[in-house]
Amino acid sequence: MRRNRLRHLPLQILLMLALAAIMVFLLFPFYWTLVTSLKPERELYASRVTYWPNAPTLASYRKLFVEFRFVKPMLNSLLVAAGTTVISLTVSLLAAYAFSRYRFRGRRFFMTMFLTNNMFPTVLLLIPLYAIMRKLGILYTPTALILAYTTFTIPFSIWLLHGYLNDLPSSLEEAAMVDGANRAQAFVRIILPMMAPCIVATGAYVFMTSWNEYTFAVMFTNEANRTIPVALKNFIGQLGVEWGMLTAGGIITIIPVCIMFFFAQRRLVEGLTAGAVKG
Amino acid sequence: MHRKRLVLWPYLLILPALLTILAVVFVPVLKALLMSFQSYDLRRPHRIRYTGLENYGEAFSDPLFWQALMKTAIWVAAGVGMQFIFGFMLALLLNRRFPGRGIVRSLSLIPWVTPGVLIGLMWRWIYDGNYGVLNDLLLRLGLIHDKIPFLAQQSTAFPAVILTIIWQGIPFFALMLLAGLQGIPEELYDAADVDGANAVQKFFRITVPSLKNTIFVTTLLRIIWVANSVDVIFNLTEGGPAYSTQTLSVYVFNKGNTLNLGYASTMAILLALALATVAVPYLRILFRQQEAG
Repeated sequence: MRRNRLRHLPLQILLMLALAAIMVFLLFPFYWTLVTSLKPERELYASRVTYWPNAPTLASYRKLFVEFRFVKPMLNSLLVAAGTTVISLTVSLLAAYAFSRYRFRGRRFFMTMFLTNNMFPTVLLLIPLYAIMRKLGILYTPTALILAYTTFTIPFSIWLLHGYLNDLPSSLEEAAMVDGANRAQAFVRIILPMMAPCIVATGAYVFMTSWNEYTFAVMFTNEANRTIPVALKNFIGQLGVEWGMLTAGGIITIIPVCIMFFFAQRRLVEGLTAGAVKG
Repeated sequence: MHRKRLVLWPYLLILPALLTILAVVFVPVLKALLMSFQSYDLRRPHRIRYTGLENYGEAFSDPLFWQALMKTAIWVAAGVGMQFIFGFMLALLLNRRFPGRGIVRSLSLIPWVTPGVLIGLMWRWIYDGNYGVLNDLLLRLGLIHDKIPFLAQQSTAFPAVILTIIWQGIPFFALMLLAGLQGIPEELYDAADVDGANAVQKFFRITVPSLKNTIFVTTLLRIIWVANSVDVIFNLTEGGPAYSTQTLSVYVFNKGNTLNLGYASTMAILLALALATVAVPYLRILFRQQEAG
């Protein structure tokens, strides 16, 4: 195949053009959002559309933070995402360890139970959770949102961590246990350090999905604790549409996501694709 | 490892996850089932009572329910279908060797990790009838002569939201299929070369059969995900204009917002039942994998 590379040169070029076309389609919206956020108001609503701002300005960003206090929803989002990540990782790591290292009665039943969770429509959980949390009096608190997010983050984390753990031979802990450590010590001293990159990758994914989530957030938060996605959407309702500020908010939202994703990417992709490719 | 003494441990280890999931998934699902048999409207909280199958009867005679169901079918079929086709193309292209492949692969995944709200907002701005860049591009290319308010008219709103969900879903398909492609042994293609097979034959005789399982699992996951998604449509059109972009998930969400929780639950249950037809074959595969693993 590689021998004939030169003969296939026109084909090669055609294929690279196809790739370029798909990539432009996928990335152009981000470019456009960035450009919009840098345009001054006057240019934004001019009759001629410009593809790079004539006079780039950070005015929209200043307005976002000074007039609309965007730091507040950012902190709310940070609190909810961090809380969800810590809780999901802790309970999921314990469960994944049990599924990976023990053979016990009901193992398959429980595993299937966790995995089927993700099949339930979001709106099927959203409506009753709203009623329940209203009764419990925790509606409009960060706790409500964190609990709601565990509905999809725990099953997902268990599945991912279970896959990673299965790749670590159990002879590792057994060797430590022969040396006199108990299972808990073996877990903390041997497994945790080796799993660290995988735990970070899983945590990054949980953090990103909680940071991004809108459907639960819009029903479970109020003015005081609304998260970024809700705040962004509300800007539309409040002010008609201010595209400069909206796009600036969008850029601010996605920067942390991109940074986390690029760091966690390799492990995450490995873990995600393992299940589908194996069988 | 299998000492009898330890047999309690696995149950203790899964207990925290189990209790959480029972509380936030299984109790709510049962609650939804109960509410679907009740007149449960928070605008009239003192008149919550059992009404039997009344909500179900209302759903079946609600033209908007049937329309939303139809919209969901189109939304899923067109959305996931095109995600698959373009995702597969992207995976094949990214599987070839070229300089900068790593960074291109990373960049191609960004739409997948973008918040639904942001997707909605970005595309709403692109589709804008007055200042939208899509109108400007089409005008410059001479493809249209007047600006089109894509999201404001019924004929274009639904295709526009579908294009957006296609954009969102291409990366996930590409990601899974690329992993599958990398798992196909090179020898298969070498053997086919020796036999004088052409590229098309190799694609249909080697590539597609090898990826059968990946394609199946990924497609099922995407069908469930796309059918359930609310945020993209809601942030583009809120289901309008005139309900032309209202899928069943969005309809339930809108009903929930008006606090008619009983009727919303009924439709959510019906959506779950419809999706079960997709989920069951997926779970079968999952079971088979677990037995093998």
